[in-house]
Amino acid sequence: MHDVAKHDDSKGQYFWVWGALLVLTGIEVWLGYNQVFSDPKNMLEVLMILSIIKSALIIGYFMHLKFEKSIMRWMLVISVTACFVIMYFFFFPDADRVKPPPNGVGIGQKS
Amino acid sequence: MADATLQHNAAAAHAAAGEYEAPLFGAYSKKVGMWLFLASDSLTFGALLFAFSYNRIYTIPWPMPFHVASIINASIMTACLLSSSLTMVLAVFAAQRRDTAWTRNWLLATMIFGAAFIVLHGMEWSKLIDEGLYLPGFMSLLGVSPSHAGGEYADVSKNVPQFTQAFFGLTAMHMLHVTIGVIYLGVVAFRKWFLPILGVIWVAAAFLIPAGNVFHYTVHVLGIALVVCAIILFLKPKDYDAEDVEVSGLYWHFVDLVWMFIFPLVYLMSTKIV
Repeated sequence: MHDVAKHDDSKGQYFWVWGALLVLTGIEVWLGYNQVFSDPKNMLEVLMILSIIKSALIIGYFMHLKFEKSIMRWMLVISVTACFVIMYFFFFPDADRVKPPPNGVGIGQKS
Repeated sequence: MADATLQHNAAAAHAAAGEYEAPLFGAYSKKVGMWLFLASDSLTFGALLFAFSYNRIYTIPWPMPFHVASIINASIMTACLLSSSLTMVLAVFAAQRRDTAWTRNWLLATMIFGAAFIVLHGMEWSKLIDEGLYLPGFMSLLGVSPSHAGGEYADVSKNVPQFTQAFFGLTAMHMLHVTIGVIYLGVVAFRKWFLPILGVIWVAAAFLIPAGNVFHYTVHVLGIALVVCAIILFLKPKDYDAEDVEVSGLYWHFVDLVWMFIFPLVYLMSTKIV
């Protein structure tokens, strides 16, 4: 019988993680609905940071990666993160090259 | 003759060595396989999310079609997925202590949360389409007349098609993953008993969803899933054990994980302030 992610953790911590995820979601909704950051780029960055924290909780606890061998943990995290960093450098330096025209109408839209 | 015997012995020794070869990363092969699949699938969603973010920053002005009702709906959908992840963890615990009844119960709870997510998402889609947010090519392909051309969001569909394409592309891909996840859990929990259940849901949905609704056609994905599940269950029947439950859980948590990025990016970045 191979391992089935056996570890001496209690069920209680999963309820804490679930609660933390709900709280973080509530903060995101509050930030988004109140438009706390007027610049969409700043808003995007803050929401993505919160989402990365939530995803780390899900991957670490719910998907049990925290309890796997360190080589598996690092192989997966480094390879996927490296791909996302490459995507980031392809997309985002170019994303705001088009500045809004004075009348506020974007490219491809009717005035 | 001697050569043949030597070759046979060598092959037997090789097979024996392979049988006792240490598993990769100390994890069983199904789990490693699922992690590798999820790593590749995350790149698919990563590309879609980057494309949506790029559009969001690049397009000025960006449409803000999501009223408070949509945000509440999407928040409930998020809570459903987060709760489903918790019930999935409890199913894995139950499977590890070989408690078949509770494994099935927790898997069923996870499926119910997942199904609630799909229904809420479908209602949200239908509402937006009725208000004029649609993909013109997709609707005409299905033979559905866009009778809602004068809806609140008709201008968005005409003037900012990149919004509708990015929104429907990303959310449809995720909804498909959730649907596959619910079916996957159904197979693990109920095995062959799940086939008639899936068949009844497919037929009922096909008859009950009105012809003008986009899901009247896309619901036939369930029919395809029924055939695939039947092939798998009849060609390789087995009792799914704790390893299978844990691997299916990995897939389900991944679906939850992806939504943690879609929800703020798609909904919260396009909130309509009244």
